[in-house]
Amino acid sequence: MTAQNNSPPTLKQVGAHSLQRIARFRMEYPHYFLLLLIGLVPLLFINFNIWLMLTISGAAMGLLIFIMASGMTLTFGLMGVLNLGHGAFISLGAYLGAAVLAFLGGAAAAPSIAANLGAIVPALLLALGVAGVLGLVFERVIIRPVYDSHLKQILVTVGGAIIIEQLIQVVWGASPIPVTRPQALAGAVVIGDMVIERYRLLAVVIGLGIYWAMIQVINRTKVGILIRAGVESTEMVEVHGYRIKLLFMAVFVVGSALAAFGGVLWGMYQELITANVGEQILVLVVVVIIIGGLGSVTGCFFAAISVGLVNLYVGYLVPPLGGVAAVGLLVAVLMWRPQGLIPVIQV
Amino acid sequence: MAEPLLNIQNLHSNIGQYHILHGVDLQVPRGGLTVLLGRNGAGKSTTLRTIMGLCQVTGGSIAFKGEEIGRLRTPLIARKGIAFVPEHMGVFSLLSVRENMELAAIGGPMEQQRLEWIFELFPALKKFWHRPAGTLSGGQKQMLAVARAIIEPRELLLIDEPTKGLAPAIVNHMRDAFRQLKDAQTTILLVEQNFNFAKSLGDTVAVMDNGRIVHAGSMAALAADPALQTRLLGLSLDQHQ
Repeated sequence: MTAQNNSPPTLKQVGAHSLQRIARFRMEYPHYFLLLLIGLVPLLFINFNIWLMLTISGAAMGLLIFIMASGMTLTFGLMGVLNLGHGAFISLGAYLGAAVLAFLGGAAAAPSIAANLGAIVPALLLALGVAGVLGLVFERVIIRPVYDSHLKQILVTVGGAIIIEQLIQVVWGASPIPVTRPQALAGAVVIGDMVIERYRLLAVVIGLGIYWAMIQVINRTKVGILIRAGVESTEMVEVHGYRIKLLFMAVFVVGSALAAFGGVLWGMYQELITANVGEQILVLVVVVIIIGGLGSVTGCFFAAISVGLVNLYVGYLVPPLGGVAAVGLLVAVLMWRPQGLIPVIQV
Repeated sequence: MAEPLLNIQNLHSNIGQYHILHGVDLQVPRGGLTVLLGRNGAGKSTTLRTIMGLCQVTGGSIAFKGEEIGRLRTPLIARKGIAFVPEHMGVFSLLSVRENMELAAIGGPMEQQRLEWIFELFPALKKFWHRPAGTLSGGQKQMLAVARAIIEPRELLLIDEPTKGLAPAIVNHMRDAFRQLKDAQTTILLVEQNFNFAKSLGDTVAVMDNGRIVHAGSMAALAADPALQTRLLGLSLDQHQ
């Protein structure tokens, strides 16, 4: 008997054991599981260098979506407010960014990164500031009267978005306008036989930086504690003496500002923008916050990268399906986890 | 008699369109423990929630230290020095025990000495300090809910059924905790279904039925009068045991 017990496990046993471990990993870390699955499976079909290029591009796209989506997932999580006007802030950011880059054309056209940043940073700051102030007005005037009705929120925020987009057309005209990428970011880096656009590397760096900063605030500060607590129960946050509406307003302002911040970067990514650039990307933003689990910043981050990657891989492997890949991913994830990767709202 | 800490007069309140409290008169004396008894649906929890500003006041007044608070919003009421432990405990399950406590400390960082005292009352909280509160047992969550209410000195604690569903050993813990709070001159308004628990702690008692107070007096008098118990609560303590 003992000899039998000490004998090495059969292949079948090993297989069953690993399957169990994978199942546990899938349950406990669904966000890592999804990302690994999406990131690694295409390696079976694509050669490594192309895979790496696609992965960096997909991650760049995903991180830009994350920046634009993070505010929306928190406003929904905290107060159940559906703000379909979020896209207008993205458009606004893209236009403000384009305007600043054109205005500081000299700095943007210089071949040094430092000079280019001298154009990009003011563009980002202006977008943050203007969208933050506009977000404050939007919250007080448009959202506050409709806190308790989703239907009214949808109608009134879409209306607000139309107004902002029309105002953009009044200022910048209805025809598409080009966004010039600053000189040092325009080209590509060549490593071996891989060609990676410089701008995408910048997007990856900025996106990771924003995620890191958000996680620090949410996990380490009192405001972060209040946000997480508020997503779970606004009533109990109020019982402890905090004004949830003030907190929500602050989150809304930061979320709107981040949408515009992401819009600046997205405009440079697209290189040609129209007033409804935000509406177009809003579809992906909504897909991402649903996949991630409404109200979860971490879920939103992993979902955004997954959507970016799927978009690129599918677009490369089966070009006609590129456009619907994200929605396909949404359907698949919801069949697996109806409340998203990281559910934080108690239903 | 000195002015009560909390003085409720002819209070009416609604939950949505339902009229729940029909003229509650209740005085909570300073420094004592007042127990609110009554059948399910009598309006006990609604009374606490209305004091806390969570139900809409439609008539009457709530005076706290002589100041009208009936129409204030919940956060302001909390900052007057009133803490509320709801029946469902309301712990933030995704936050760690520590974060739950930090959130409750509105005056600033937690005071170490007070924290040590709370750990003495509820040792489980120290043990699970960094765990998500959602992983605690029901009794531990209840301890956390009470601990949150007392992490800073409050003038009035509103506590809704702290012993509900708890094991007897934990109920004794709770009793000790409330005794210590009483010794520290904290005023407590306690909703309780467990008459033994209520009797062992209460100084004064009020009995509710159909959204009104139908009896108010000292706990000792009620505990000594089985006939009154039967009339008010539908059964006497002796029969109950």
